[in-house]
Amino acid sequence: MRSRPLLLVEDKPQDALTIKRALAELGMAERTIHAPTAGQALEYLRCGAHEKPALILLEFDIGGMSGLEFLRAVKSDPALRAIPVVVLASSQDRRDILQSFDLHAAGYIVKPFDDTAALEALKIIQEYWSLSYLPACHA
Amino acid sequence: MRDSRPVLLVEDDTIDAMTVRRAFRDLKVTNPLVHTVNGEDALTHLREEASEAPCLILLDLNMPKMNGIEFLGVVKTDPALKKIPVVVLTTSSEERDVVESFRLSVAGYIIKPVDYRNFVEAMRTINLYWTLSEIPVEEPEVADAFPTPAAGGR
Repeated sequence: MRSRPLLLVEDKPQDALTIKRALAELGMAERTIHAPTAGQALEYLRCGAHEKPALILLEFDIGGMSGLEFLRAVKSDPALRAIPVVVLASSQDRRDILQSFDLHAAGYIVKPFDDTAALEALKIIQEYWSLSYLPACHA
Repeated sequence: MRDSRPVLLVEDDTIDAMTVRRAFRDLKVTNPLVHTVNGEDALTHLREEASEAPCLILLDLNMPKMNGIEFLGVVKTDPALKKIPVVVLTTSSEERDVVESFRLSVAGYIIKPVDYRNFVEAMRTINLYWTLSEIPVEEPEVADAFPTPAAGGR
């Protein structure tokens, strides 16, 4: 994910701020695209003019189109399906975890949301997804 | 890893399997490592009643009998198995393999580092990520029971 965009789908301003701060610290600020709703995120992904992101960070409890609906939409779209989606959630609800992995999430992380813990978590996410190869996703 | 269930390694190369085992030991990963030698062998293990479901599958791609991509095709369409995260661990950096694996919902695609030190680093990162991330525990209705009855328990 070295030089490719990262799509953050997050409707809570405070959480978005915390995550963006951590991403900035990790040198990923200018590559981060923030969509405040799942609908806008889908629109962004489906627009041919945009480079497809290397990774999607998805807030599970998002208003409007839900996190699960977004996952389902992405994973049933042949052009988007290969993009890994990591769920960020505020609960450890077993059913939410099962449903997310059932819809092919590539991780489910309970938000640790003070700055230090967020930085720690995002550092691990960055390290793992930099180690992992990612599909080139030619639109 | 996040929990103490086994990690299933699907790998036909004995040396590579030993390297994973050694890395687990050096990193003090306490999850039991179950080693199967190809996709068919792994499926048999996964479908055996007596086997404890793994929390994670580490999958090689180039294997005889049933290769990694064929294995993914079966596992990711089986409702009982599809939720188990699968991380590819291979020597192939071919774009076709990467794309096909992600289309089949892998949760990571890692090229085996040749050098042991880098190999341990890679395993360390995998372990960290799958400790941070929740891992689904498939279980029929019984609330909060343990994944398997403890050995010797009544």
